[in-house]
Amino acid sequence: MTLAINILLWLIVVSLAFFAALRGRILLNEGVSDGAIEFIKLLPRIGIGVVGSGFVAEVLPKALIGSWLGPKSGLLGVALATLGGALTPGGPVVGFSIGAAALKSGAGAPQVIAYSTAWALYAIHRLMIWEVPLMPARMVWLRAAVSLPLPFIAAAAAIALGKP
Amino acid sequence: MFSGAAAAAVYWRDGRVHFLDILFGDVTLFGEMLPKVLAGCMIGAFVTLLLPREMVARWVGHESGFAGLLIAALFGVILPGGPITIYPVAGAFLAMGADAGAVVAFITSWTLIGYTRALVWELPFFGPDFVIWRIVAAVPLPIVAGTLARIAVKSGYAQGPSDI
Repeated sequence: MTLAINILLWLIVVSLAFFAALRGRILLNEGVSDGAIEFIKLLPRIGIGVVGSGFVAEVLPKALIGSWLGPKSGLLGVALATLGGALTPGGPVVGFSIGAAALKSGAGAPQVIAYSTAWALYAIHRLMIWEVPLMPARMVWLRAAVSLPLPFIAAAAAIALGKP
Repeated sequence: MFSGAAAAAVYWRDGRVHFLDILFGDVTLFGEMLPKVLAGCMIGAFVTLLLPREMVARWVGHESGFAGLLIAALFGVILPGGPITIYPVAGAFLAMGADAGAVVAFITSWTLIGYTRALVWELPFFGPDFVIWRIVAAVPLPIVAGTLARIAVKSGYAQGPSDI
Protein backbone atom coordinates (compact mmCIF):
# COMPACT_ATOMS: atom_id res chain seq x y z
CA MET A 1 0.00 0.00 0.00
CA THR A 2 2.81 2.38 0.90
CA LEU A 3 4.42 1.50 -2.43
CA ALA A 4 1.24 2.30 -4.36
CA ILE A 5 1.03 5.71 -2.72
CA ASN A 6 4.67 6.43 -3.41
CA ILE A 7 4.11 5.58 -7.06
CA LEU A 8 1.02 7.81 -7.20
CA LEU A 9 2.85 10.71 -5.56
CA TRP A 10 5.82 10.43 -7.86
CA LEU A 11 3.57 10.16 -10.92
CA ILE A 12 2.20 13.55 -9.92
CA VAL A 13 5.72 14.90 -9.48
CA VAL A 14 6.77 13.57 -12.89
CA SER A 15 3.74 14.99 -14.68
CA LEU A 16 4.19 18.37 -12.99
CA ALA A 17 7.88 18.30 -13.97
CA PHE A 18 6.84 17.44 -17.52
CA PHE A 19 4.55 20.49 -17.74
CA ALA A 20 7.32 22.62 -16.27
CA ALA A 21 9.77 21.28 -18.86
CA LEU A 22 7.32 22.17 -21.65
CA ARG A 23 7.51 25.78 -20.47
CA GLY A 24 11.30 25.75 -20.45
CA ARG A 25 14.37 24.17 -18.98
CA ILE A 26 14.90 26.99 -16.47
CA LEU A 27 11.49 26.47 -14.89
CA LEU A 28 12.16 22.74 -14.51
CA ASN A 29 15.53 23.35 -12.82
CA GLU A 30 14.01 25.96 -10.55
CA GLY A 31 11.27 23.58 -9.43
CA VAL A 32 13.67 20.74 -8.70
CA SER A 33 16.06 22.93 -6.71
CA ASP A 34 13.24 24.67 -4.76
CA GLY A 35 11.80 21.28 -3.83
CA ALA A 36 15.19 19.84 -2.87
CA ILE A 37 16.06 22.82 -0.65
CA GLU A 38 12.73 22.54 1.15
CA PHE A 39 13.34 18.82 1.66
CA ILE A 40 16.83 19.30 3.13
CA LYS A 41 15.52 21.93 5.54
CA LEU A 42 12.82 19.52 6.74
CA LEU A 43 14.99 16.43 7.20
CA PRO A 44 16.43 17.00 10.70
CA ARG A 45 13.09 18.06 12.16
CA ILE A 46 11.26 15.06 10.80
CA GLY A 47 14.04 12.70 11.88
CA ILE A 48 13.86 13.87 15.48
CA GLY A 49 10.06 13.85 15.39
CA VAL A 50 9.70 10.31 14.09
CA VAL A 51 12.39 8.64 16.18
CA GLY A 52 11.33 10.50 19.31
CA SER A 53 7.61 9.88 19.01
CA GLY A 54 8.06 6.10 19.05
CA PHE A 55 9.69 6.34 22.47
CA VAL A 56 7.08 8.76 23.75
CA ALA A 57 4.28 6.38 22.75
CA GLU A 58 6.06 3.58 24.58
CA VAL A 59 6.11 5.43 27.91
CA LEU A 60 2.48 6.62 27.73
CA PRO A 61 0.12 4.80 30.12
CA LYS A 62 -2.21 3.11 27.65
CA ALA A 63 -4.36 1.27 30.19
CA LEU A 64 -5.09 4.48 32.08
CA ILE A 65 -6.23 6.19 28.90
CA GLY A 66 -8.77 3.42 28.28
CA SER A 67 -10.31 3.65 31.72
CA TRP A 68 -10.79 7.43 31.55
CA LEU A 69 -12.48 7.39 28.18
CA GLY A 70 -15.07 4.63 28.63
CA PRO A 71 -18.39 4.71 26.73
CA LYS A 72 -20.11 6.19 29.82
CA SER A 73 -17.60 9.02 30.18
CA GLY A 74 -19.84 11.18 27.95
CA LEU A 75 -18.96 14.79 27.17
CA LEU A 76 -16.21 14.86 29.81
CA GLY A 77 -14.65 11.81 28.17
CA VAL A 78 -14.83 13.53 24.77
CA ALA A 79 -13.21 16.65 26.26
CA LEU A 80 -10.47 14.59 27.92
CA ALA A 81 -9.92 12.68 24.67
CA THR A 82 -9.65 15.96 22.76
CA LEU A 83 -7.09 17.29 25.22
CA GLY A 84 -5.20 14.00 25.09
CA GLY A 85 -5.17 14.12 21.29
CA ALA A 86 -3.71 17.62 21.32
CA LEU A 87 -0.96 16.56 23.72
CA THR A 88 -0.08 13.31 21.92
CA PRO A 89 3.10 13.65 19.89
CA GLY A 90 2.79 13.59 16.11
CA GLY A 91 4.18 11.04 13.71
CA PRO A 92 1.87 8.83 11.73
CA VAL A 93 1.68 5.84 14.03
CA VAL A 94 1.50 7.22 17.56
CA GLY A 95 -2.03 8.61 17.65
CA PHE A 96 -3.55 5.67 15.84
CA SER A 97 -1.75 3.08 17.96
CA ILE A 98 -2.83 4.79 21.19
CA GLY A 99 -6.38 5.18 19.88
CA ALA A 100 -6.54 1.50 18.92
CA ALA A 101 -5.07 0.49 22.29
CA ALA A 102 -7.62 2.67 24.10
CA LEU A 103 -10.45 1.14 22.09
CA LYS A 104 -9.21 -2.34 23.03
CA SER A 105 -8.93 -1.44 26.69
CA GLY A 106 -12.51 -0.23 26.90
CA ALA A 107 -12.69 3.36 25.62
CA GLY A 108 -15.93 4.43 23.88
CA ALA A 109 -15.84 4.77 20.08
CA PRO A 110 -17.01 8.44 19.97
CA GLN A 111 -14.31 9.29 22.51
CA VAL A 112 -11.69 7.58 20.37
CA ILE A 113 -13.01 9.44 17.31
CA ALA A 114 -12.66 12.74 19.21
CA TYR A 115 -9.16 11.70 20.24
CA SER A 116 -7.90 10.84 16.77
CA THR A 117 -9.63 13.88 15.22
CA ALA A 118 -7.99 16.24 17.75
CA TRP A 119 -4.66 14.51 17.27
CA ALA A 120 -4.89 14.75 13.48
CA LEU A 121 -5.93 18.42 13.55
CA TYR A 122 -3.83 20.03 16.23
CA ALA A 123 -1.35 17.79 17.98
CA ILE A 124 0.87 20.51 19.46
CA HIS A 125 4.04 18.57 18.73
CA ARG A 126 3.14 18.35 15.02
CA LEU A 127 2.20 22.01 14.79
CA MET A 128 5.62 22.96 16.13
CA ILE A 129 7.71 20.54 14.10
CA TRP A 130 6.01 20.63 10.71
CA GLU A 131 3.47 23.34 10.34
CA VAL A 132 5.19 26.36 11.91
CA PRO A 133 8.38 26.07 9.79
CA LEU A 134 6.36 25.84 6.57
CA MET A 135 3.46 28.24 7.06
CA PRO A 136 3.05 31.76 8.41
CA ALA A 137 2.74 31.35 12.20
CA ARG A 138 -0.48 33.36 12.44
CA MET A 139 -2.09 31.08 9.89
CA VAL A 140 -1.13 28.04 11.98
CA TRP A 141 -2.70 29.48 15.15
CA LEU A 142 -5.81 30.60 13.27
CA ARG A 143 -6.26 27.09 11.92
CA ALA A 144 -5.69 25.49 15.33
CA ALA A 145 -8.16 27.91 16.96
CA VAL A 146 -11.00 27.31 14.52
CA SER A 147 -10.36 23.56 14.71
CA LEU A 148 -10.90 23.45 18.49
CA PRO A 149 -14.61 22.47 18.33
CA LEU A 150 -14.20 19.94 15.51
CA PRO A 151 -13.48 16.82 17.65
CA PHE A 152 -16.71 17.50 19.57
CA ILE A 153 -18.67 17.84 16.34
CA ALA A 154 -17.11 14.63 15.01
CA ALA A 155 -17.98 12.73 18.21
CA ALA A 156 -21.55 14.08 18.12
CA ALA A 157 -21.91 13.17 14.45
CA ALA A 158 -20.56 9.68 15.16
CA ILE A 159 -23.16 9.20 17.91
CA ALA A 160 -25.93 10.53 15.63
CA LEU A 161 -24.90 8.19 12.81
CA GLY A 162 -24.81 5.19 15.13
CA LYS A 163 -22.20 2.48 15.03
CA PRO A 164 -22.16 0.43 11.83
CA MET B 1 14.66 17.06 24.56
CA PHE B 2 11.24 15.59 25.24
CA SER B 3 12.07 12.72 22.89
CA GLY B 4 15.42 12.17 24.59
CA ALA B 5 13.78 11.88 28.01
CA ALA B 6 11.26 9.37 26.70
CA ALA B 7 14.04 7.37 25.06
CA ALA B 8 16.01 7.33 28.32
CA ALA B 9 12.91 6.20 30.24
CA VAL B 10 12.34 3.29 27.86
CA TYR B 11 16.00 2.27 28.09
CA TRP B 12 15.94 2.39 31.88
CA ARG B 13 12.59 0.61 32.25
CA ASP B 14 12.68 -2.04 29.54
CA GLY B 15 16.39 -2.57 28.90
CA ARG B 16 18.57 -2.39 25.86
CA VAL B 17 16.93 -4.93 23.58
CA HIS B 18 13.54 -3.25 23.72
CA PHE B 19 15.18 0.16 23.28
CA LEU B 20 16.97 -1.01 20.13
CA ASP B 21 13.73 -2.59 18.86
CA ILE B 22 11.91 0.73 19.03
CA LEU B 23 14.85 2.67 17.65
CA PHE B 24 15.11 0.31 14.70
CA GLY B 25 11.35 0.49 14.07
CA ASP B 26 11.41 4.30 14.13
CA VAL B 27 14.42 4.57 11.85
CA THR B 28 12.77 2.19 9.37
CA LEU B 29 9.61 4.29 9.50
CA PHE B 30 11.66 7.43 8.92
CA GLY B 31 13.32 5.80 5.91
CA GLU B 32 9.92 4.83 4.49
CA MET B 33 8.67 8.38 4.89
CA LEU B 34 11.53 10.05 3.04
CA PRO B 35 10.34 9.46 -0.55
CA LYS B 36 6.91 10.81 0.37
CA VAL B 37 8.36 13.90 2.02
CA LEU B 38 10.57 14.57 -0.98
CA ALA B 39 7.61 14.10 -3.34
CA GLY B 40 5.55 16.53 -1.22
CA CYS B 41 8.27 19.17 -1.43
CA MET B 42 8.54 18.70 -5.20
CA ILE B 43 4.77 18.94 -5.73
CA GLY B 44 4.69 22.11 -3.64
CA ALA B 45 7.56 23.67 -5.59
CA PHE B 46 6.13 22.82 -9.03
CA VAL B 47 2.57 23.81 -8.17
CA THR B 48 3.87 27.22 -7.07
CA LEU B 49 5.75 27.66 -10.35
CA LEU B 50 3.05 26.30 -12.68
CA LEU B 51 -0.37 27.39 -11.41
CA PRO B 52 -1.27 30.88 -12.55
CA ARG B 53 -1.77 33.12 -9.52
CA GLU B 54 -4.93 34.69 -10.94
CA MET B 55 -6.55 31.28 -11.17
CA VAL B 56 -5.79 30.39 -7.55
CA ALA B 57 -6.99 33.80 -6.40
CA ARG B 58 -10.21 33.47 -8.38
CA TRP B 59 -11.00 29.90 -7.30
CA VAL B 60 -10.06 29.99 -3.65
CA GLY B 61 -9.30 33.67 -2.92
CA HIS B 62 -11.07 36.19 -0.68
CA GLU B 63 -14.03 36.60 -3.04
CA SER B 64 -14.51 32.90 -3.81
CA GLY B 65 -17.35 32.41 -1.32
CA PHE B 66 -18.78 29.05 -0.36
CA ALA B 67 -17.73 27.47 -3.66
CA GLY B 68 -14.11 28.32 -2.83
CA LEU B 69 -14.34 26.40 0.43
CA LEU B 70 -15.90 23.43 -1.36
CA ILE B 71 -13.19 23.43 -4.03
CA ALA B 72 -10.45 23.65 -1.40
CA ALA B 73 -11.98 20.81 0.65
CA LEU B 74 -12.40 18.65 -2.44
CA PHE B 75 -8.80 19.30 -3.42
CA GLY B 76 -7.73 18.13 0.02
CA VAL B 77 -9.57 14.84 -0.46
CA ILE B 78 -8.13 14.19 -3.92
CA LEU B 79 -4.44 14.99 -3.34
CA PRO B 80 -2.48 11.97 -2.16
CA GLY B 81 -0.01 12.04 0.70
CA GLY B 82 -0.08 12.23 4.46
CA PRO B 83 0.39 15.02 6.97
CA ILE B 84 4.03 15.35 5.95
CA THR B 85 3.18 16.45 2.43
CA ILE B 86 0.37 18.88 3.30
CA TYR B 87 2.21 21.89 4.54
CA PRO B 88 4.52 22.61 1.59
CA VAL B 89 1.52 22.53 -0.75
CA ALA B 90 -0.74 24.56 1.58
CA GLY B 91 2.03 27.13 2.09
CA ALA B 92 2.35 27.42 -1.68
CA PHE B 93 -1.40 28.06 -2.09
CA LEU B 94 -1.29 30.69 0.62
CA ALA B 95 1.61 32.47 -1.05
CA MET B 96 -0.35 32.46 -4.32
CA GLY B 97 -3.41 34.25 -3.04
CA ALA B 98 -5.69 31.60 -1.54
CA ASP B 99 -7.58 33.00 1.46
CA ALA B 100 -7.24 31.73 5.04
CA GLY B 101 -10.64 29.99 5.04
CA ALA B 102 -9.82 28.01 1.90
CA VAL B 103 -6.41 26.94 3.21
CA VAL B 104 -7.97 25.85 6.51
CA ALA B 105 -10.66 23.87 4.65
CA PHE B 106 -7.94 22.29 2.50
CA ILE B 107 -5.73 21.20 5.42
CA THR B 108 -8.71 19.99 7.44
CA SER B 109 -10.07 17.81 4.66
CA TRP B 110 -6.63 16.47 3.87
CA THR B 111 -5.98 15.45 7.47
CA LEU B 112 -9.46 14.10 8.26
CA ILE B 113 -10.84 12.72 5.00
CA GLY B 114 -7.75 12.23 2.82
CA TYR B 115 -7.74 8.62 1.80
CA THR B 116 -4.01 7.87 1.83
CA ARG B 117 -3.64 8.48 5.53
CA ALA B 118 -6.67 6.35 6.27
CA LEU B 119 -5.47 3.52 4.03
CA VAL B 120 -1.85 3.43 5.10
CA TRP B 121 -2.00 4.21 8.80
CA GLU B 122 -5.50 4.06 10.20
CA LEU B 123 -6.95 0.96 8.57
CA PRO B 124 -4.37 -1.50 9.97
CA PHE B 125 -5.07 -0.28 13.51
CA PHE B 126 -8.85 0.13 13.51
CA GLY B 127 -10.35 -1.96 10.71
CA PRO B 128 -12.70 -0.73 7.94
CA ASP B 129 -15.97 -0.31 9.91
CA PHE B 130 -14.50 2.11 12.39
CA VAL B 131 -12.51 4.07 9.79
CA ILE B 132 -15.51 4.54 7.46
CA TRP B 133 -17.69 5.61 10.41
CA ARG B 134 -15.11 8.16 11.53
CA ILE B 135 -14.66 9.56 8.02
CA VAL B 136 -18.41 9.94 7.40
CA ALA B 137 -18.67 11.83 10.70
CA ALA B 138 -15.84 14.11 9.51
CA VAL B 139 -17.29 15.06 6.10
CA PRO B 140 -18.81 18.45 7.10
CA LEU B 141 -15.82 19.50 9.23
CA PRO B 142 -13.59 21.14 6.56
CA ILE B 143 -16.42 23.51 5.59
CA VAL B 144 -17.13 24.27 9.26
CA ALA B 145 -13.46 25.06 9.94
CA GLY B 146 -13.06 27.12 6.75
CA THR B 147 -16.19 29.15 7.53
CA LEU B 148 -15.04 29.78 11.11
CA ALA B 149 -11.65 30.92 9.82
CA ARG B 150 -13.29 33.38 7.40
CA ILE B 151 -15.51 34.74 10.16
CA ALA B 152 -12.46 35.17 12.42
CA VAL B 153 -10.54 37.02 9.71
CA LYS B 154 -13.50 39.26 8.78
CA SER B 155 -14.30 40.20 12.36
CA GLY B 156 -10.69 41.18 12.96
CA TYR B 157 -9.85 38.51 15.55
CA ALA B 158 -7.22 37.22 13.20
CA GLN B 159 -5.52 38.81 10.26
CA GLY B 160 -5.72 37.28 6.84
CA PRO B 161 -2.72 35.89 5.01
CA SER B 162 -2.37 39.09 3.00
CA ASP B 163 -1.37 40.89 6.20
CA ILE B 164 1.28 38.39 7.15
